[in-house]
Amino acid sequence: LKSQRLNGISHRGRVLTLDSMNPNVKRVEYAVRGPIVQRAVQIEKELKEGVKKPFTEVIKANIGDAHAMGQKPITFFRQVLALCSYPALLEDSKFPEDAKKRAQRILEACGGHSIGAYSTSQGIECIRQDVARYIEKRDGGIPSNPDNIYLSTGASDAIVTILKLLVCGEGRDRTGVMISIPQYPLYSAALADLGAVQINYYLDEDNCWSLNITELRRALNAAREHCNPRVLCIINPGNPTGQVQSRQCIEDVIRFAKEEHLFLMADEVYQDNVYAEGCQFHSFKKVLFEMGPEYSNTVEMASFHSTSKCYMGECGFRGGYMEVINLDPEVKAQLIKLVSVRLCPPVPGQALLDLVVNPPQPDEPSYATFMKERTAVLSTLAEKARLTEQIFNTVPGITCNPVQGAMYTFPGITLPQKAIDKAKELGLVPDMFYCMRLLEEDGICLVPGSGFGQREGTYHFRMTILPPTDKLKVVLQKIREFHLRFTQEFS
Amino acid sequence: EAGEMSTVQEVNSRVRGIRAPVNLQGLAACISEQIGVKKPFKSVIDVSSGDPHKAGMPPISFIRQVMAVCLYPELLKEKSLPLDVRQRAQKLLDMCSGGSVGSYSTTSIGLPEVQKSISEFITRRDGGVLSHPEDIILTIGSQKGLSVFLNLLTSGEGKTQTGVLTPMPCPHTLPMLLDMTGLALVPYRLFEEQGWAVNLDELHRALEAGRVHCEPKAIYISNPGNPTGYVQDRETIEKVIRFAATNCLIILAEEVHQGSVYGQDKEFISYKKVLSEMGKTYAETMELVSFHSISTAYIGECGLRGGYMEVVNIDPAVKKCLNFTPSAPVLPQLALELSLNPPRPEDSSYNSYTQIHHIEDTLSQNAKRALEFLNRVEGMSCQPSMAGPFLYPRVHLPPHMVEEAKRLGVKADVLYCQRLLEEEGICVGAGCENGQEDKNYHIRHRYLLINNKINQFHRSFCEAMLTG
Repeated sequence: LKSQRLNGISHRGRVLTLDSMNPNVKRVEYAVRGPIVQRAVQIEKELKEGVKKPFTEVIKANIGDAHAMGQKPITFFRQVLALCSYPALLEDSKFPEDAKKRAQRILEACGGHSIGAYSTSQGIECIRQDVARYIEKRDGGIPSNPDNIYLSTGASDAIVTILKLLVCGEGRDRTGVMISIPQYPLYSAALADLGAVQINYYLDEDNCWSLNITELRRALNAAREHCNPRVLCIINPGNPTGQVQSRQCIEDVIRFAKEEHLFLMADEVYQDNVYAEGCQFHSFKKVLFEMGPEYSNTVEMASFHSTSKCYMGECGFRGGYMEVINLDPEVKAQLIKLVSVRLCPPVPGQALLDLVVNPPQPDEPSYATFMKERTAVLSTLAEKARLTEQIFNTVPGITCNPVQGAMYTFPGITLPQKAIDKAKELGLVPDMFYCMRLLEEDGICLVPGSGFGQREGTYHFRMTILPPTDKLKVVLQKIREFHLRFTQEFS
Repeated sequence: EAGEMSTVQEVNSRVRGIRAPVNLQGLAACISEQIGVKKPFKSVIDVSSGDPHKAGMPPISFIRQVMAVCLYPELLKEKSLPLDVRQRAQKLLDMCSGGSVGSYSTTSIGLPEVQKSISEFITRRDGGVLSHPEDIILTIGSQKGLSVFLNLLTSGEGKTQTGVLTPMPCPHTLPMLLDMTGLALVPYRLFEEQGWAVNLDELHRALEAGRVHCEPKAIYISNPGNPTGYVQDRETIEKVIRFAATNCLIILAEEVHQGSVYGQDKEFISYKKVLSEMGKTYAETMELVSFHSISTAYIGECGLRGGYMEVVNIDPAVKKCLNFTPSAPVLPQLALELSLNPPRPEDSSYNSYTQIHHIEDTLSQNAKRALEFLNRVEGMSCQPSMAGPFLYPRVHLPPHMVEEAKRLGVKADVLYCQRLLEEEGICVGAGCENGQEDKNYHIRHRYLLINNKINQFHRSFCEAMLTG
């Protein structure tokens, strides 16, 4: 970019171009909001403008946003947040006493008694204490230290922070980070941005997307040729695959991490979303400590949770936390320094998190309603999970593993060779071509499997199970019809 | 067994390189716990940050009422809340997916309706200079917004490391941010003797000095100045723009205190407005990003974490990389929307809302009074501030204090602040946090206290100075 002086003004190209900018950022893609979503938004505009289409609305089954799909917020949570926002409402008799108590406690912990004041960068202390207590209760009494809890702007913020902390080295010593394929694209995006080496380990589609230690070992050994593997990421319950890891599997992973000196990152944001018979959420921390001091004193771990999923679905608040285990004190000091740069996580999100970890108790007035709402959300999701698996498996060419947990289905689709060729012709990845067609013909927005990673030569899509049951039935029906049409067209 | 854990050598070198925070707030928290037992003062007063709510400034009722209704829409039926509050809340809920503030933003750069309101606000503010909604990106506060943009800018190492011309003093949150994003801080001294003005010769000197060890690609401007309170005039802004254009620098204009200009005869003019009036060549090529947030002025909603950046003449392909994954929180976007479109005279909330002008007068008086106090203190001199929450007085530290600081391995201004905290329970900011690396020691303190507190504070402050 040469500058030429002309009349005292410099004529030059831009300072900031794709060539001059941070090369890592260029490589970052986030499929969930990628080109297919942009097209979906365009189509919505066209519908608004009166353009005739074979459908009247675009169903956005691409993003894990429960409220957008009509799920109702938990009354108690919203009551407390309203009281925190406008404390004059504490005088209003229409609010239950337990909501008022929670609000008062939160406000007292805020600077100037306002949720508009900055908090400390690690997060409001009494909330971290509540999070620690929640973890202890969840994990059968295993102690949790509030100093190891860091509140964050959604789990994403905490995940990126830990990765930022751990990625180092050059060339063959560059930090390698193991992540499941398929994976939630936040990980691949963060790894690209940080210039870390992404080490893919494949989940076993033929066995309900389970994790195999032999596959972990294969991936690790291959990676050792060109990088320094140091981190192992696992999403449980899984996104996009929905598998819920068995306790045995979690033990095996922990053992593997210890043997190979890997830092474990356990993304557990879907911990309440478990539907399948015989499946249960086991927190990595709990299993770690139940394996005895040989493991619980040495294995480094960070586990993540947020307010965006489960039965709350409050993505827009950006509430979350991480708990770190067995960090070297000097490393922890660096972590504390790093989080202080971003000032503090949004206080409403911190307040909401406090309610999630400290919900109404059986002896409190809001308990009955709270439990009713919570149960309704989770049981509806379970029903939709079953329905989805059932209907997709009736379609020749679609194979759907049980949706054991989380909020998504990731079925495998068989594409005729002619369709694959057509896609190539258009410069599209085959499952993107498939999803684009579905969008144009039926107004249903899914995310192609290529955005999450999949075995070479296989194709998938990710659909959320969030639309209301009646609408979901229609969506499933339409996808079935589309798939048959599509297969027929390209046979 | 200990050898199994990651060691600090395995921590990312850039993270290790982030300068250690001074963390007077941490010390303040410790001291708070000792009150009653060991300390003569009743409470610790923290005046080191510009956080208005923490200082006791009340939130704006209208905004908080609307937010409450948005959070708990049952309140739409609540007759005790003003009608305009409920109507506005309904409008805002209609902007959200599924009518809930708990959904993700509809796009990764924010709610389109809020982008539109912001662009309309900017157009109004700048006397008709058009702002386009698609150039507005909603952020998670200006710190995060700046972080995302700086991350795009950063590249190179050693001599090719990207540098940013940074004012000295600068906002105390900036040096660590530059460290974290791998950018070289190239300081340009603001001229204290001229009220902390920007000096063009100094810009040239700084740039030349910077070019020896890095590749400067941007100039960071804080206007109105944080912590100085200096409001740049049109002439200065033009000079800076010309300088940046000639030297291939992007302008990063942090303008978050634009809403709290209280100095007489002073008016905020945006960089964009001045740029637009400098002729086509400049207006259509100069790369400029401006940052604003809801953390400041009369809104003061720091804890919500909300703001926006407006990009001007930024390469569209680069602009695509500016987004937040998954998205910025919704509530602060709504608060921003409300602050840009306040109640109108015909609305029921108009009267209570316009009481913020009362705050304007209070702030102006407080600042003036605080300034007078400080200039009467022996060993202290303070330039007048025209905007923003801080006063930034210079403190002449006795040689014995400087010696002691050296012995203890801390910076002299930090030692001063620690002493003030330990002896009087007052937490001010140290000038070195604002990048003040020369021997002119300064402290940063917020004068934004409610009326009756300010007397108490300054009395102890003066006493501390006399005995210290």
